[in-house]
Amino acid sequence: MADATQSEVTHGHYGGTRRDFLILTASALGGVGVLITAWPFVDSLNPARDTLALSTTEVDLAPIQVGQRLTAVWRGKPVFIDHRPPEEIKAAQDVDVSSLRDPQPDSARVKKPEWLVMIGVCTHLGCIPLGNKPGDDRGPFGGWFCPCHGSVYDTSGRIRQGPAPLNLVIPPYEFTSDTAIKIG
Amino acid sequence: MAVSSHTAPSTGPRNRILRWIEYRLPFWGMVEDHFLGYPTPRNLNYWWNFGSLAGVILVIMIVSGVVLAMHYTPNADLAFDSVERIMRDVNYGWLIRYIHMNGASMFFLIVYIHLFRGLYYGSYKYPRELLWMLGVVILILMIATAFMGYVLPWGQMSYWAATVITNLFSAIPVFGQDIVTLLWGGFTVGNPTLNRFFSLHYLLPFVIVAVVLLHLVALHQHGSNNPLGIDKRGPQDTIPFHPYFTIKDLFGLTVFLLVFAVFVFYDPNAAVSPDNYIPANPLVTPNHIVPEWYLLPYYAILRSVPNKLLGVIMAFGSLLLLFIVPWLDTSRVRSATFRPIYKWVFWLLPIDVLALGYVGANPPAGLVVTIGQIATIYYFVHFLILLPLLGKIERPRPLPISIAEAVLGSGAGVGAAGEGQ
Repeated sequence: MADATQSEVTHGHYGGTRRDFLILTASALGGVGVLITAWPFVDSLNPARDTLALSTTEVDLAPIQVGQRLTAVWRGKPVFIDHRPPEEIKAAQDVDVSSLRDPQPDSARVKKPEWLVMIGVCTHLGCIPLGNKPGDDRGPFGGWFCPCHGSVYDTSGRIRQGPAPLNLVIPPYEFTSDTAIKIG
Repeated sequence: MAVSSHTAPSTGPRNRILRWIEYRLPFWGMVEDHFLGYPTPRNLNYWWNFGSLAGVILVIMIVSGVVLAMHYTPNADLAFDSVERIMRDVNYGWLIRYIHMNGASMFFLIVYIHLFRGLYYGSYKYPRELLWMLGVVILILMIATAFMGYVLPWGQMSYWAATVITNLFSAIPVFGQDIVTLLWGGFTVGNPTLNRFFSLHYLLPFVIVAVVLLHLVALHQHGSNNPLGIDKRGPQDTIPFHPYFTIKDLFGLTVFLLVFAVFVFYDPNAAVSPDNYIPANPLVTPNHIVPEWYLLPYYAILRSVPNKLLGVIMAFGSLLLLFIVPWLDTSRVRSATFRPIYKWVFWLLPIDVLALGYVGANPPAGLVVTIGQIATIYYFVHFLILLPLLGKIERPRPLPISIAEAVLGSGAGVGAAGEGQ
């Protein structure tokens, strides 16, 4: 019986009372306030300004001989720079693009064919593939080979065998002169 | 009619899964018994808001502190710069640090009001002695935590506060200097000191949370005291916590957050010495060194006593004294409302503490020294002489028969509850 009187009070005309309205608007406003307050705490976990200030790296290409591979660092990650000899370029260009797991012609992955610049992080689970240092195992395609789970990349850094789904990522970069690039 | 909803036996959740859980882990039962339906004296005034406010600010301090710790570097060479990095480079770092910094001041302000409320209304008396003592434990833990937090930015004030406070222990006879060396982990305040202070500054707030839970267990054992200071006699004396006090506490919280926000956004450095924005220099002491405002009274007592060991004992004693207040106060009447003399004498204590605060903030010379000594003596006289004596000589006014009768008139239980004292 107490319930009956209470339901009459709370479910007055038009299915809602002044109290329902006040509770809803106050809760909504409070909820928005909590979200707005939470944002600075969440955003503080994003990269800080001094971290973002490290987001470009300049590399002088002049000392890199034909056939030499160099590892630069950009945003804390390794960037593979490969001064490709003509036979590597040819091998990369001669592949039937439609047969690739992540189809991409070599021309879409370089700005100048003799310079291949890409992020040296395996697209499977983030290990750094072998092949950038002399004496490393370069895998059956002469490119790079990831020791963690056996992904094999060709001389254009495209995935050819193993579990990785995608080609090695090309970072944003530009040639600031014939022999220098700015990554980022 | 409003009372019926919480006195009716709780049937628990309807959902079968929730019922399964409830049978094994009585979560909703606890929420109902200790929060929503918690029987609260119907006459609580706004001074009773400060307990829940203290709980909220504790959570704010822990959340902002955990985020700050993600950006802070506890190393003597890097700490100061890492705090400046928080202020300049970390997204909203300035906001989070200012919340944490001013939150400490707000926490003390709230807890001091909470404490004086307890003193006025006799909340420490039978059967709430342990409740009160746990509160004193929380206050001591807060002081330790705040002091160590103040050291972390490794500015000039941080460094010299750490030096002075740790040197208090050198007053201990025979072992004093060995204890201080142990606290420092070296021969001066240095990197080992900073590292252990950071570790403890992170740890102690969680110890405070644990003691706060005990404080709540003790509170709910006999229920809240109230402005009349008389025991509740039955359901007509109480109303459920929800919605009556949830809404009242939320309103108080809103007002508090406005005050807090004014400091955070418009005067965030109001309570800090500018010297703390100078990196710590172990070779130069600032000309005028003062603690944070919430420690000034203890500091004034320390300085007012011309003997090193005695000064330290009295400064710590002023705090430890609070533990025995339930036995120092010999009056059986809780609320000062019914104590015609204590009602006025009570106010001498906050005035005395404010005077001590003034003394602590100013250089010890001339009149300041005299005021400091008088105020120090009064502080101890108030607790050790006046409280026991008043209970004997004072004739309390007659107490109301029940809370409901005092609030609602002699026809208690009829009609709507009005807000009253």
